[in-house]
Amino acid sequence: MSAAATGAGRLRVPLVRSVSGDWGGRIGLFLLFVLVGLAIFGPALAPHSTTAPVGIPGEGSSGSALLGLDFLGRDVLSRTLSGGRSTLLLATAATTLTYLVGLTVGLIAGYSRSITDPLLMRTVDVFLSFPALLVMLLFVTAFGGGRGVLVGATSLVLFPGVARIVRTATLEVSTKGFVEAAVARGERTDAVLRREILPNIVSPVVADLGIRFSWAIILIASVNYLGLGLKPPTTDWGLMVSENREIISSNPLALLAPAAILALLIIAVNLTGDAYVRQRNRSGDGR
Amino acid sequence: MSELALRAADVRIELSSGDAVIEGIDLQVGPGEILGLVGESGSGKTTTALSVFGYHAPGLRMTSGEISIAGEKLGDDGAFRAARGRLASYVPQNPGTALNPSLRVADAIEDMIRAERRNAEGPHRLLERVGLPGDRDFGRRFPHQLSGGQQQRVCIAASLAPDPTLVVLDEPTTGLDVVTQDRILKELLRLRDEQQVAMLYITHDLAVVAQIAGRIAVMYAGHIVEQGPAAEILRQPRHPYTRGLMAATPDHLRPRVLGAMPGIAVGVGERPPGCPFAPRCEQRKPRCEGELPQLEPTAAGGHEVRCFEWRRTPPVDWVALEVAAGGEPNGPAILEVNALCAEYRGARGSVVAVSDVSFEVAPRGCLAIVGESGSGKTTVARAIAGLHPPASGRVLLGGEVLHGSAHKRTVQQRRRIQLVFQNPAEALNPRHSVAESIARPAQVLRRLGRNETRVEVARLLEAVRLPAAAGERYPGELSGGERQRVAIARALAAEPEVLVCDEITSALDVSVQAVVLELLRELRDEFGLAVIFISHDLGVVATIAEQVLVLEGGVVCERGVAAEVLGAPQHPYTQRLLEAAPSLSAAIDGWGAANVDPLAPRP
Repeated sequence: MSAAATGAGRLRVPLVRSVSGDWGGRIGLFLLFVLVGLAIFGPALAPHSTTAPVGIPGEGSSGSALLGLDFLGRDVLSRTLSGGRSTLLLATAATTLTYLVGLTVGLIAGYSRSITDPLLMRTVDVFLSFPALLVMLLFVTAFGGGRGVLVGATSLVLFPGVARIVRTATLEVSTKGFVEAAVARGERTDAVLRREILPNIVSPVVADLGIRFSWAIILIASVNYLGLGLKPPTTDWGLMVSENREIISSNPLALLAPAAILALLIIAVNLTGDAYVRQRNRSGDGR
Repeated sequence: MSELALRAADVRIELSSGDAVIEGIDLQVGPGEILGLVGESGSGKTTTALSVFGYHAPGLRMTSGEISIAGEKLGDDGAFRAARGRLASYVPQNPGTALNPSLRVADAIEDMIRAERRNAEGPHRLLERVGLPGDRDFGRRFPHQLSGGQQQRVCIAASLAPDPTLVVLDEPTTGLDVVTQDRILKELLRLRDEQQVAMLYITHDLAVVAQIAGRIAVMYAGHIVEQGPAAEILRQPRHPYTRGLMAATPDHLRPRVLGAMPGIAVGVGERPPGCPFAPRCEQRKPRCEGELPQLEPTAAGGHEVRCFEWRRTPPVDWVALEVAAGGEPNGPAILEVNALCAEYRGARGSVVAVSDVSFEVAPRGCLAIVGESGSGKTTVARAIAGLHPPASGRVLLGGEVLHGSAHKRTVQQRRRIQLVFQNPAEALNPRHSVAESIARPAQVLRRLGRNETRVEVARLLEAVRLPAAAGERYPGELSGGERQRVAIARALAAEPEVLVCDEITSALDVSVQAVVLELLRELRDEFGLAVIFISHDLGVVATIAEQVLVLEGGVVCERGVAAEVLGAPQHPYTQRLLEAAPSLSAAIDGWGAANVDPLAPRP
């Protein structure tokens, strides 16, 4: 590409600038910023060790431990500050992999107009028909609860939904004149998909991204909660919710703090995604 | 004279910013009268039409004026709302979206009857009144089981249910083929005669309005610029805009050079302080730029015009086309289509879209393919462009047989044939800037470098008469006419030898259409481009093409030199098409000569 590429700036506004156009986006972005900051710098701010007990298990809030102690007597504040890295990394990796697979399958199925489409989609339907948690548990029991397995299993559960949405959007866009024009001038299929179709299906895909990311967090947290995913003494928000269920009566904060922060993360991702779609539609329709 | 069906006085509707969308609108429709409200997109026609019902699009409000229907004054109170449904009804532009897809036809009409509790006749009688079958079977159909023309007639039947005094029709035949359009116009006239329903008929098509309306009001930029008896206005338009519209309206009975008005319509909020038409007017005086003229009567009865200089408006030039536009085709055929057959794979086996179509086009030549929707015109275009591999038959470019699929053709072959699409809204990628869209074919098919491409984009923008700054804009920021010109520029970026135009002007206003047709003529003259022009509009075809091919149901039913096919059609289908096609000159001829004969050669 050449001269033309330079004129491309206006619609491809950086995420941050386009999202901060309204209040929902600003709040979402601020929350994301804080939570990512927490995940990165949290461990450095932790007052106590995340692995060594500092008092009686299940002790309530006190001067030295603001959020009390967990089921092994470890500091909940320190563990909450340190638990973000694992959760964010796992959820982001799982979502990214989900979209890589989902976009590829959806674009190819929606554009192919041959036997490839039903072949791919019926396979996807088979994946969709299994209960999500069952697939996760099956994988984790078979391959162990490592990070890679968790990410892979989560993507396997989530990609069929993405593929379906992408395929429908692709079907609609691929009958438009500009796609036919590209085909008529002999563009390669990958160029047609990347240049002509992908930019026009971003809105439904991003609107959906918030939900998939939330699902990834919830799925991974559920597996951890059942004690089949990450193994103690790993610090992970999802794992913390599960570990501390036994001391919920003596120190509810040990469970509420990571749960609340997980909820905030999901809200932040959804707010940001929605704001991006709103802003993009606004600038796209123009006039 | 009995009570007026509609009276609007000094209506002004403005945006929340205070800019007027329409202003100073005075309209009167007598009982049983059809008033044609004519204007191009953005002129305020629909805003005016909806204001009759006291409805304004979000963001608009009526700040002054008075509207009454059959003597009942429009107000915000419930009394008017109750009266409105019985007094007036509305037929919207697009019948496909106007009818609830989940309601059976008879039920949709029944709803209207029930809402007004004036069950004069059942739905089946109403369907018969608009020329549809009144049996139970038809009433039980869903909208998607009807053709576009039938859907529109169902809308008209529903609008007649409350036995209204006034029916407002917003472009009711736009998007229908000429034969259906003709039938609907005739039915509207019959309904008017039988039941004395007054109609406000909104359209952009002067040829249609000449057939149906007794009086005409012409709108431009939110003002009525001319109104009066149809015969008076069309025989001797006094406003330069009306004259320009007439000059831009193609006519198959009298093919002629179309006059393209300079400039483009002004948008809301950009209107100059004086006469809104002044910037485009060839007879403006300094006074026109500072002062808004009032509607003043001309000599003829009831004919009013909003122009200081109306006495100077010359009659319309009806310059006959000499030889076909673009000069004689020269040399051997560049594109040849031989016994082309194409099919579509449907759920139940394949459907033949086109069978045994053959033709050829020489450089500089223009062949028109005419037919109704579903006749296979677009399939032929797609087969030529390599988007729809034919089932049998050949397409030859400069003597070489082309592969059926664009992917298997050589770069040069792809470059030499370019396709311009029907719908300008979908022809351009909304996520690519205008410059990007135009640059791509030049890069892919001509392998131009970065700097050459930039120069080429600038040259093409100029060739299609768009400002250089348009290159930075996105399709969403352009009007339909501008988008279509970008689409043409994109096709030209490949330096094609054959340009296939699929209904490229059907979505455009007549004045923009005239500009686009003029541009095509120039391109043929300058670059020797061969054009295949697909259209359902016989007036446009008569203006641009020297060869015509008439398709019906995928089969060629008539072909030959344009003047001969359109002048003396042999095939009954062509004859039917030509009879149904509205013609401005035929209507004017029908009224007989005015004081000044607009058709007489000017000294």
